[in-house]
Amino acid sequence: MLEHYLNIFITTVFIENIALSLFLGMCTFIAISKKIDAAFGLGIAVIVVCLITVPLNNLIYNYILREDALSWAGLEGTNLEFVELISYIGVIAASVQILEMFLDKYVPALYNALGQFLPLITVNCAILGASLFMVEKDLMFGESVVYGFGAGFGWALAIVVLAGIREKLKYSDIPDGLKGLGTTFIIVGLMSFGFMSFGGISL
Amino acid sequence: MNLKRYQEVILKPLIDENPITLQILGICSALAVTNNLTVTLVMCVAVISVISFSNLFISLIRNYIPSSIRIIVQMTIIASLVIVVDELLKAYDYETSKRLSVFVGLIITNCIVMGRAEAFAMKEKPLLSFFDGLGNGIGYSLILIGVAFIRELFGAGTLFGIDVMPEWYMGNNLLLLPPSSFIIIGLFIWLIRSFKPAQLEEDDYDVSIHSTAPNLTKRDLNA
Repeated sequence: MLEHYLNIFITTVFIENIALSLFLGMCTFIAISKKIDAAFGLGIAVIVVCLITVPLNNLIYNYILREDALSWAGLEGTNLEFVELISYIGVIAASVQILEMFLDKYVPALYNALGQFLPLITVNCAILGASLFMVEKDLMFGESVVYGFGAGFGWALAIVVLAGIREKLKYSDIPDGLKGLGTTFIIVGLMSFGFMSFGGISL
Repeated sequence: MNLKRYQEVILKPLIDENPITLQILGICSALAVTNNLTVTLVMCVAVISVISFSNLFISLIRNYIPSSIRIIVQMTIIASLVIVVDELLKAYDYETSKRLSVFVGLIITNCIVMGRAEAFAMKEKPLLSFFDGLGNGIGYSLILIGVAFIRELFGAGTLFGIDVMPEWYMGNNLLLLPPSSFIIIGLFIWLIRSFKPAQLEEDDYDVSIHSTAPNLTKRDLNA
C-alpha cells in the first residue's frame, strides 16, 4: 500500500512534473524566478495550497458532481459535471483567502514571508491543473492527498532550480535582445528537455 | 467616440505590448497545444472570445464590484464564459476538444484574462475594454500561430495536416516535443527586441572599471 502511494508521489514529482512536463503555472514560474528566496517562498505556498485544494476538490467531485454521486442524498441520476470548473476555482479562491486570513492571525511570521504570493496563487494554473488532472486520473481520496502534495512539491522544486540557474547567469554576457525573458524561456526549454528523460521510467 | 483610442488599444498589444513576449501573461495553457495549427487555431478563437467578453462584462459592472472580493467576482464571470466555450466545443468539435483536454478549462486561470480584467476592464468603459480584450487576444494568437507554424512545418512537414514539404524532407521530431516551443518563443523575443530596443531589459548592475587596473592610456603615452 505504501509502495503504491510512493509511486504516485515519484511519478508526480519527476515523470509528470507539473511545471516542466505539463507546463502549468508558467506565468508565475517565469515572472517570480529571479531570486531564490522569492522562488522558495512561492514554492512553499504552492505546496500548501495544492495539499489543501486537491483533496477538497476530490471530495466535491466524488460526492457531489460526479454522475450519480448524489445517491447518498437520495437523488438518482444526477450529473453536475458541467459546473466542475466553476466549483473548483471557487474552492481554490476561497481556500487561498481563508489561508491568508488564518496565517495573518495565527502565524504572522509566515504570513509576512508568504503574504505577497498568496493572491497570485489563485490565478496559478498549476493549482487548477492539479485538480483537473486529479479528476482525469480518477484518484481516490488518499491518493489525491499524495497527488496534491507531489504536484506542489514538483512545481516548487522546478522553480527553485530555475531561480538558481538565473542567479548564476546574472553576470554572464548575453546578447542584448536575449537578456532577461529571452534566456529564461530558453533555459526552461532546456530544463524540460532534461525532465523528459524521466519519461521512459515506469513505476 | 474617440477613434484613435480604439485603434491604439487594438494595435498596441500586437507587437509593442505583446502579452506573451513582454507582459509575461498567458504562457501557461498555450505551450502544450502548439504542435498542430488546427488545434492552435481553435484554442486562439476560444481565448479571444473569452477575453473580449470577460472584459466587456466586467467593465459593465465595474462600479458595483466591491474591491475586497473583486477577484472572486472576476473569476466567476470568467469561469462561466469558459464553461460556455467548453460545452460548445464538446458539442460541435468533440475531436479537437479531446485533444485540448484540460487546457480549455485552464483558460480560466490564463493570466491574460485576469490580467486584462484587473488592469484595464476595472477602469475603462465597456466598449473600449471589449476592444482591448480583442487586441490582447489577437496579440497572444499571433505568437501562438507563429510557434505552431514553425513547429508543424519543420516538425511534421505539414500545415493544417496537409503535406507541404518535399518528399525527401525528414520531420524534425525534436520540434514536435512541447519543450521546443519555449526555445522558439525565446528566439521570437530576441527577434522582436532587436527591432524594438525600447523593450530591452536593463542589467541589475553597472559594470565599473576595476580600481586597481593599470591605467592603459598613461602606459600608451610612455611608449
